[in-house]
Amino acid sequence: MPQPVITARNLTKKYGDFTAVDGIDFEVAPGESFGLLGPNGAGKSTTMRMVGAVSTRTAGDLEILGLDPNDHGPDIRSQLGVVPQQDNLDQELRVRDNLLVYGRYFGLPRSVIAERADALLEFAQLADRTKAKVDDLSGGMKRRLTIARALINEPRILLLDEPTTGLDPQARHILWDRLFRLKEQGTTLVLTTHYMDEAEQLCDRLVVVDKGRIMAEGSPAALIREYSSREVLEVRFGSDKNAEAAEKLKGIGERLEVLPDRILVYSANGEAELERITHLGLEPITSLVRRSSLEDVFLRLTGRSLIE
Amino acid sequence: MTAASPTTSAPLTRQRSALYAGNTGAVIHRGLLATRSTNYLVVLSGFFEPVFYLLSLGIGFGALVGTVQTSTGQEVPYAAFIAPALLAVSAMNGAVYDSTWNVFFKLNYSKLYQGMLTTSLGPLDVALGEILLALLRGAMYAVGFMVVMQLFGLNLAWTALLALPAVLLIAFGFASLGMAITSYMKTFQQIEWVTFIMLPMFLFSATFYPITVYPEPIQWLIQALPLWHGVELVRGLTTGALSGMMLVHVGYYLVMIAIGIVFTTNRLRALFLK
Amino acid sequence: MTTTDTSRTPDREDARRALAAGAAPRRFGSWYIAEHRIRAMKGYAGDAIFQSVGNPLIYLFALGVGLASLVPQGVGGVSYLQFVAPALMASAAMTVTANETSYPILLGFKWNPIFFGMNASPITGAQIVNGMFIHIALRTVVTVAIYCGVIALFGAITSPLGWLAILAAAATGLAIGAAISSYTSTIQEDRGQMAMLQRFGITPLFLFSGTFFPLEQLPPFLQPIGWISPLWHGTELGRVLTYGMEEPAWLTATHVGYLVTLFAIGLWATRRHFTRRLDK
Ligand SMILES: Nc1ncnc2c1ncn2[C@@H]1O[C@H](COP(=O)(O)OP(=O)(O)OP(=O)(O)O)[C@@H](O)[C@H]1O
Ligand SMILES: [Mg+2]
Repeated sequence: MPQPVITARNLTKKYGDFTAVDGIDFEVAPGESFGLLGPNGAGKSTTMRMVGAVSTRTAGDLEILGLDPNDHGPDIRSQLGVVPQQDNLDQELRVRDNLLVYGRYFGLPRSVIAERADALLEFAQLADRTKAKVDDLSGGMKRRLTIARALINEPRILLLDEPTTGLDPQARHILWDRLFRLKEQGTTLVLTTHYMDEAEQLCDRLVVVDKGRIMAEGSPAALIREYSSREVLEVRFGSDKNAEAAEKLKGIGERLEVLPDRILVYSANGEAELERITHLGLEPITSLVRRSSLEDVFLRLTGRSLIE
Repeated sequence: MTAASPTTSAPLTRQRSALYAGNTGAVIHRGLLATRSTNYLVVLSGFFEPVFYLLSLGIGFGALVGTVQTSTGQEVPYAAFIAPALLAVSAMNGAVYDSTWNVFFKLNYSKLYQGMLTTSLGPLDVALGEILLALLRGAMYAVGFMVVMQLFGLNLAWTALLALPAVLLIAFGFASLGMAITSYMKTFQQIEWVTFIMLPMFLFSATFYPITVYPEPIQWLIQALPLWHGVELVRGLTTGALSGMMLVHVGYYLVMIAIGIVFTTNRLRALFLK
Repeated sequence: MTTTDTSRTPDREDARRALAAGAAPRRFGSWYIAEHRIRAMKGYAGDAIFQSVGNPLIYLFALGVGLASLVPQGVGGVSYLQFVAPALMASAAMTVTANETSYPILLGFKWNPIFFGMNASPITGAQIVNGMFIHIALRTVVTVAIYCGVIALFGAITSPLGWLAILAAAATGLAIGAAISSYTSTIQEDRGQMAMLQRFGITPLFLFSGTFFPLEQLPPFLQPIGWISPLWHGTELGRVLTYGMEEPAWLTATHVGYLVTLFAIGLWATRRHFTRRLDK
């Protein structure tokens, strides 16, 4: 087995008394697509900054490509592509110039940068906007430009912090497609998200993080298998009757999850459970049977919803 | 080309109310609140700028100079010569800053007025509100500076009291002209040019030395510019050298105010009521 | 299994590749940043050049001709124009560096957070600062050189060493710029600190640094402002160079030492603040 490109052992980050990342362990293999899934404030971005060799860890061990970021920050960063949570393109420069100056930071020759910039603008579907001001781009275009910029040095590892937050569904799908192609070309992807569909689409393996700790680890399918049932039945009785109905539902399905607006019944067969409920004489206002998702895994692990 | 566009003549009252909702008070109120909560120190500090100039040039440079002859032939100490000019200049600077940078930023960038503009406020409310705020601030500075002048014995006659309304007139003149110019501006860089053009006006308008050092054609040019009229007006009042020319100075500013308002209103109408 | 086995490093292909790729940015990173800043000037280069020619003309006409008419006797044995010209050069340098080290730094951390972008590449915080100052130095020297040319046209430079005044003025600007950036790099929220800096920093420096009149004209209690003012040291140095103003050699050495020290401390502090702030 090839050596991991990222190894974190007991990785910890404190801000004063507050522990943002609380001793996490993980490894990422070359070419793998690895996800950090968690709610706001879980410590995803903090972890990404430490892996990006810009934030000094408080404790633990971290190795990127076999190098310690404390001693080899610039060297490690020469092999990374970083898409931060907040775009930090240079608004004062035009689209193509953003790529040109960024390429120079890696000490690449101008001719190489120019060639790559044109190919990347094509890849990011921005070839017709090369002279536009960054300010005039839409959110999705800026995001794609940031990704293009992150690829100017042909990185071994691409770090993506919530790459599609704030984008409309079409823009997200375009982005997913681009990321998928990169993965096919062998780039290691590390991404954070709080969209489970994104995690399911893009990640070979992921960790669920909450309050700076890893709650579970595995492939999306394995996690769902381990922490949830095959199907979920969602029933609503109206907000005032929810709690009362929940009492009566005890014993139905493998597990119940009572949310303020609905009740989730976990079971291998949702339709069968719905029938049992109607037999009990209960009349849900709405009911829905669906496949289990990472959202359910998260709910199980933390007792909270992923997206508030 | 397509056929001539139909001329839709909306009722005048509707046009007016879209521009001006009679709600200037709301803008002023917000402005005062914002000042109080965040940067009153910054606002207060504006008072010091002319004082620093007065101390430096009036005392330091004045020691090299002695007395200077004003345009009315009076010999006055150097500090008494520049103090009224500094008063007029600070009125100009404040008014121009507020009517250009500030209004431009608030109308184009800050989200502050965007919501309001569609509901209860017209662009003219915003502009007038900012101007009146600026005048209020300008009046505070002027009073403060005149107290300093009094302490240094630079108010040479009782007519110096009239310098206060004169300063407000000057500020209003520059503000309304500045607003008219701002309404035609599209970028910050264009506004930087306004600042750049004000520099020679500041230095050449008989502020720090009589304009008689220059050849006559240049003197005429300077006399055509607004700041010279302001400086002469205030200086006449603080030195007590009243003359008929003062009516000309006042008239100049009244015309400037009128032109500024007419242009601003027309331009805003064209921009917002297309 | 807690050993961080660094001995493994050399035999890893990808680690070797990283070390090789990191070599150039470690060496030349500052210059890459300077290149970026210069490229960003493209948008306003025309305006900047026009203003750096226009400004000296306006000031020299106003002060060298206008204000000079009030002191026909000159100052310290030279014409008022000669006296004030080096002060104007140094002030112009200060204006450029003060502008470049105030809002652009705030901007780069906040509204146009390019510093974080730079730092995500192999560039370090210290290199960002170095690069900025390389760019600022270039801009300042160009501005001051134009100024010096205009002053020479007015006939206010009599010493053969006059052109050295360009360096004196630029050093003044850079020392002040480094001091300002060491402060602006710590500003988290814009609460009008820039306006305060202008009003209580730059303007008083401009007015009380022996610029328009010898420092000795001020009341004694105001004179210390001049001694701690880098602008005073730079201006006096310029006077020595442009028209051979008489002053003891130790004083001239003090001017140079003061400016260099202030620049070094300012740059050191700025780099430290950048490094800390980027590491969050
Ligand atoms: N520079 C900092 N100083 C102090 N606290 C910080 C800092 N950066 C992050 N934190 C805190 O650390 C915790 C984790 O933040 P982080 O940005 O890593 O979360 P996240 O998982 O990326 O959340 P989100 O989904 O909102 O982006 C938060 O509580 C945050 O307030
Ligand atoms: Mg985050």
